[in-house]
Amino acid sequence: MPASNAGLTNKVLAVYVKDLRLELRSRYGLNAIFMFGISSLTVISFSVGQAALSTKVLSALYWIVVFFSAMSAMAQVFVREEESGTAMALRLTTEPNAVYLGKLFFNLSLLVVLVAVITPLFFIFTDAPAEGIVNFLLVMILGVLDLCAATTLIAAIIARASVKGALFAVLSFPILLPVLIVLVSATDKVWAGSSLGEVSKLLQFLLAYVVIMVTASLMLFKFVWED
Amino acid sequence: MWWKILLFLVMSAVIVTGFITEAPQKQIGEASRIFYFHIPQAWLCVVAFAMSAFYSARFLKNRKLIDDDYALDTARLGFIFCLLATITGSIFAKVTWGAFWNWDPRQTSIFILLLIYGAFFALRSAVEDEDRRATLSAVYSIFAFVTVPFLIFVVPRMVTSLHPTDSVIDENLKFTMGVQVRSIFFSSLAAFSVLYFWMLSLTMRLNRLKRKQMTGTD
Repeated sequence: MPASNAGLTNKVLAVYVKDLRLELRSRYGLNAIFMFGISSLTVISFSVGQAALSTKVLSALYWIVVFFSAMSAMAQVFVREEESGTAMALRLTTEPNAVYLGKLFFNLSLLVVLVAVITPLFFIFTDAPAEGIVNFLLVMILGVLDLCAATTLIAAIIARASVKGALFAVLSFPILLPVLIVLVSATDKVWAGSSLGEVSKLLQFLLAYVVIMVTASLMLFKFVWED
Repeated sequence: MWWKILLFLVMSAVIVTGFITEAPQKQIGEASRIFYFHIPQAWLCVVAFAMSAFYSARFLKNRKLIDDDYALDTARLGFIFCLLATITGSIFAKVTWGAFWNWDPRQTSIFILLLIYGAFFALRSAVEDEDRRATLSAVYSIFAFVTVPFLIFVVPRMVTSLHPTDSVIDENLKFTMGVQVRSIFFSSLAAFSVLYFWMLSLTMRLNRLKRKQMTGTD
């Protein structure tokens, strides 16, 4: 049904643009995510910047920075709706799938901006190898997709809980741990000079995880949202 | 009543024969006897998790709070079995690999399962409203369960592991146990499973009675 598909696309876009506009007005998410990312990068740079680290340690550090920076702001997209009391209006005017996808794309944009800033700084501050940068970018894009796919539903869950603080990281961590392990190992291999063929199994894992997480989220989101 | 006596007899027989017969895996030797107890525990850890996801799904469909009670009951039992599997596994690791914990893929998987159970309980304690708690934890339980196949089947096969698999299935996914080992193992698996379902039915009955007392109806 092309008509309803076009309708969904428009609604997703409307939710996405609304969140983007709100974000540009307050810049809460961007500020939080940048300050967190840059602070942790600085700590890393101060403490180990001069040391010659193995790619294994570097890849672990990189994903720790990205993971915890993401944790600092990704829940905001739903918490904001509940706190300002606009969730009900959104619930009445839009279907759940459009809300989920709109928020998913918003979180994706937030994270893309984060890695776009963090990654060059990471390469400047540490001696991460610049060879194989294209392969690394591919791993990074899959990693960003994985982080968003797994955490957007969790964000919706914790926005409805009465205690929000640390719960987001607590709930997200077990779901994301397999992804983080694979991401660290793939990044390590890519930085150590592996070709894409050698890490293809890991990339398949990351891609499969995105597909499964988004599908499960689409099925479950309406229960969280319309409760 | 008869099946409880039978369960007692089978469990006793498993314990006795598990120790007096020849060790199931020649290279590992005596330590491999843990196979008869560790694997049923790990198996029930996953079964309990699947049951929890099942009752969660049923709750989301029918909106009966009793299903949420059941989901919690089975998650609690699953957590106990998960802890037991982790502890027995790390004792085995100490004996055969020299350290209680070394982030073998299997250890990582079971650790993530423990974390998921922990997160599930943390989420429940963070929501006060009963209906909302039931909905949110049901969604989380199903969402986390979706990742379990990755933990159990994908990750351990992607990274080289010291965890023995050849004692149960070989590379062609065929059973390689001898008749004796197989009969003890499957008796143990069945006995542990019956024990789990018995414990589950007890806590489920308790919750049914509590609900009845609270509302006067079912």
